[in-house]
Amino acid sequence: MMENLGLGIMMEVPTVIINVQRGGPSTGLPTLPAQADIMQARWGSHGDYELIAVAPSSPQESFDYMIMAFNLSEKYRVPTLVMMDECVGHMTEKIVIPEPEEIEITPRKLYDGPKDEYLPYRPDEDMVPWMVRAGDGYRFHTTGLTHDERGYPAMNAECQHELVTRLMDKIRTKADEIAVLEEDEVDGADVVVISYGISSRVAIPAVERARAEGVKVGSLRMVTVWPFPENRMRELAKEVGALVVVELNMGQMYYEVERVAAGNAKTILVPHAGGWVHDSEDIYQAIKGGAR
Amino acid sequence: MTKEATLEPELSHPMEELLRMDRIPHIWCPTCGLGTVVTAFASAIQKLEIGLDDIAVVSGIGCTGRVAGYVKIDSFHTTHGRAIPFATGLHLANPKLKTVVISGDGDLISIGGNHFIHAARRNIDLTVICVNNFIYAMTGGQVAPTTPLTANASTMPYGNFEQPFSIPYLADSCGAVYVARWSALHVRRLVTAIAEAIAKPGFSVVEVISPCSTLYSRRNRLGTGLDLMRFYHDNCEIKHGADTRELEIKFQEKITVGKFIDRDRPTFVQSMNNWYGKVFGDEYEPYEGAVE
Repeated sequence: MMENLGLGIMMEVPTVIINVQRGGPSTGLPTLPAQADIMQARWGSHGDYELIAVAPSSPQESFDYMIMAFNLSEKYRVPTLVMMDECVGHMTEKIVIPEPEEIEITPRKLYDGPKDEYLPYRPDEDMVPWMVRAGDGYRFHTTGLTHDERGYPAMNAECQHELVTRLMDKIRTKADEIAVLEEDEVDGADVVVISYGISSRVAIPAVERARAEGVKVGSLRMVTVWPFPENRMRELAKEVGALVVVELNMGQMYYEVERVAAGNAKTILVPHAGGWVHDSEDIYQAIKGGAR
Repeated sequence: MTKEATLEPELSHPMEELLRMDRIPHIWCPTCGLGTVVTAFASAIQKLEIGLDDIAVVSGIGCTGRVAGYVKIDSFHTTHGRAIPFATGLHLANPKLKTVVISGDGDLISIGGNHFIHAARRNIDLTVICVNNFIYAMTGGQVAPTTPLTANASTMPYGNFEQPFSIPYLADSCGAVYVARWSALHVRRLVTAIAEAIAKPGFSVVEVISPCSTLYSRRNRLGTGLDLMRFYHDNCEIKHGADTRELEIKFQEKITVGKFIDRDRPTFVQSMNNWYGKVFGDEYEPYEGAVE
């Protein structure tokens, strides 16, 4: 899968990939939850790249964010991963499916200009090139090799620099625009709990318990997990005393949080090797430990 | 000065319309059979009078994988072994497009072997031109699933002891509807076979025995590309309709060539439309592609 994820990034193919995470490594824990593929999603294919990943925490969100994932992949011409986990994958809840006309669809930019002027990898102002379809008469070429604007292989450092920089910048410079973060009582908070996917639901009782005891605790739930919302996290680290990261792995997104916090806030990991969700008590204790 | 006034003849390649002349010269070694295969493919398109917007080529990785970069039609240079799945997607999105896979034996039969057998089983309407040079050439002459017994390869320095696949036997037993084998010497028969394979609905396979003087021939002291062509001339035996069980290629022994299989079987899309037509009756709208 990872090699072709790289192909999708290189050819700029709008793609949506769903990963319902289980405990690993290897066959690990079939049909039991984990969130330990979060870094694999980001770094699994070789080479430097950026992509988009979203993490739903319910059946309704799985429906809604699937549409969002398609729209993002079409808009930015980049593979977009839907990082579910076993809990969300097997969850049964009521969902509301809107009327088709109410669903917002962002189609890819289809080029229909003169055939002799078309260059498949000439970037537009948003750094995303225009697409054509096979059979439309443009007779274009595309490759997984480093390529120039014509889509032709160009085996040199200059072309590699230009291409890889654009592929990364088209996502990186739009990170704030892409980011969907659900913040709750973050203003004036002493501790903020950071989570995504199923862990964001598991964290709620611990947050409420600490609040009832007078701890100023907010929560930030990452709906989009990649690109990492660096600017917001950096800002947050300057405003609060501690950032508590709850994830079903032994520490993956935690290190991203620690990196951007850069010592401005204490960072606390609540790890879990997978197979079940966190014990609320562990999250509560971490919040208490982070409180000034 | 008008053209008539020059003494210089106007030089142009007779296949110019079908080739990306801005990418010539190609990367292939002198005496390689791939130039012949590209010419045969281009001649087959001309023979069939297919519009150049109505056909696409998908290649994998390796020497033959580079074919997609030189033909001036919609062309895709994908990942190692994955030309068939890429082509399957392209075909299913637009079944009206003639989709041709041109790749090597190492790519299609080794890492891509699973895709090959299942595309044949499902009778996906693709034409596969498998250029067989008996070795992984681009990467330095490693043993391939087609290397004849006792032949030398860089990873079989004392000769190959692994039983190779016979491509026509494999294709036949998995359900391919058209199977032929020719060598790079049999140019006109090869053009006919490629044209027949493209015109045939369903999974069609043309194996092309192709000289590799740089690696296969040098390692096995078989002389130049010309010597290999002479070998094909003296040792290829045309036997149409031969039993595919008897097509094994032994090291420097006779090679049976010809058209072995030409049968009719509903394609994947036809089978789907027939079956759902039966199950759902008039409610089912036969699938004709996702592209208007």
